[in-house]
Amino acid sequence: MKAGRRFSSGRWGLALGLGFLWAPILLLAVYAFSADRIPFQWGGFSLRWFRSLAANERMLEAAWLSVRVAAGAATLAVLLGGMAGWALARFGRFRGRALFGALAGAPLVLPEVVTGLSLLLLFVSAQAALEAFFGWQADRGAFTVLLAHATLGLAYAAVLVQARLATLDRSLEEAAADLGAGPFTVFRTVTLPLIAPALAAAWLLAFTLSLDDVVLASFVSGPAGTTLPMLVFSALRVGVTPEVNAIGVLFLLLAGLAAAGWWALLGRHAGRAPGA
Amino acid sequence: MMARRAAVLLPPWLWLLFLVAAPVAVLLAIALAAPGDGVPPVSPPFRWEGGRPVWQGGEALEVLREEGWHLAAFLRSFRTAILTALACLLLAYPMALGIARARPERRTLLLALVLLPFWTGFLPRVGAWIGLLRDGGWVNGVLMGLGLVESPVPLLYTDGALLLGMVHAYLPFAVLPLVAALTRLDPSLEEAAADLGASPAAAFRTVVLPLTLPGAAAGFLLVFIPAMGEVVIPELLGPPEARLVGRVLWEEFFRNRDWPLAAAVAVLLLLVLIPPIRLFQRLEAR
Repeated sequence: MKAGRRFSSGRWGLALGLGFLWAPILLLAVYAFSADRIPFQWGGFSLRWFRSLAANERMLEAAWLSVRVAAGAATLAVLLGGMAGWALARFGRFRGRALFGALAGAPLVLPEVVTGLSLLLLFVSAQAALEAFFGWQADRGAFTVLLAHATLGLAYAAVLVQARLATLDRSLEEAAADLGAGPFTVFRTVTLPLIAPALAAAWLLAFTLSLDDVVLASFVSGPAGTTLPMLVFSALRVGVTPEVNAIGVLFLLLAGLAAAGWWALLGRHAGRAPGA
Repeated sequence: MMARRAAVLLPPWLWLLFLVAAPVAVLLAIALAAPGDGVPPVSPPFRWEGGRPVWQGGEALEVLREEGWHLAAFLRSFRTAILTALACLLLAYPMALGIARARPERRTLLLALVLLPFWTGFLPRVGAWIGLLRDGGWVNGVLMGLGLVESPVPLLYTDGALLLGMVHAYLPFAVLPLVAALTRLDPSLEEAAADLGASPAAAFRTVVLPLTLPGAAAGFLLVFIPAMGEVVIPELLGPPEARLVGRVLWEEFFRNRDWPLAAAVAVLLLLVLIPPIRLFQRLEAR
């Protein structure tokens, strides 16, 4: 047998690696339902940590702020990143392309602490300028976090859209144009549906990156902009609380739902047979 | 045509210039500035004296050069990042092999299992390690239950916990490029080696390994680059005295309010990371 003659430590290695990746997550999910005050100690089944989470005003407020910031940042990221990816894939060698590409890719490779610090220093300088010239005292907060997260998301969206456009069959668009469709109609009826999965993936990715980020937010936020991860981080600094496990379970649930939805979306898309 | 192009290019150009290029320029400027007492706590690098500018900046660079512990933090970060990336590769290689050799219809599911931990919240995952590793925690309970140790061993806030948390957080980054490299590999090459009498291990060593080396290098760098600046995991799992670059930058900025020094550390980190970033981009462009 061919397969038998191939080096096959893969299966065990895969099981080991997946076990390592998932063990703490599964334990977290189980012990989130434990009544015991001490985390990862079984004290009988209970929903008390979910109830205490639901009663925690500060947590809820921060979570709602995080969701709004993430949704706004993801939307901006898809719009701007989509344009950037389009330019990189379709405009050939436009003037300044190398710089444009480097700037669009920079947030992907820069360490978070460097991005966070440099954005904060910019915001502080901008605040000083606004006050000096217009007498306007701008505060840092949710808005500056949104700008930072949109910048990070833009970079991912540009890569995804550019990659999707690169594999696209141009003849589909040409056919539509030959049949008399104007450029905007071609874009709306042919190109947009074809790159929609990449746009959706970019939105989802930017949304989760924003919802998960603590470093950028800690740097650029202000007194009125405490996001959920910032709150969780300060809780973890003094030791884990079972409430954090409950948050983990909620994240897991959301991730599972998103994955299932994604699966359904992709499945339907594949069923339509590209090019048919 | 040109107008439409400009309309597509202008918004991202403006955004990138204001929120990527300008911040880096400000970072460089503040790294050269002198510390001050105002808000923000910096003074320009020049002072006017008798109508002539007098250079007063660059103090942060002096401090970096003279006080060895900032550079020691760089070395410690470098060591931690190298160890993390190597451990990730070691774990990721067999995983990628398992995924690449699974039936194609199962590959997506397996890849999703590798990627899904990313979507379960970074902080709750690190928090889980805190709960599992602490003195009276789950891992110590299991160790004592098995009779391997008699009293709880200190696991949390050690270098081991730091490495464990880092590998756990970054492992998927190493798996992805390796899966891509292994699935691109033509299986007939390995079969040819086998037909010529190579044992499976020899075929792997002489054919598969060299051909997937660029993928392995990409995976290594994809872990190494962010690990160099990681700040949250060392803070939550590592020993309190372990000073890594990210933490030093964080503390100089938030605790000591020495903005020029924090900016100088950031600039140095940026310079250190440029070669690996360039190497990674070259590997990706292949």
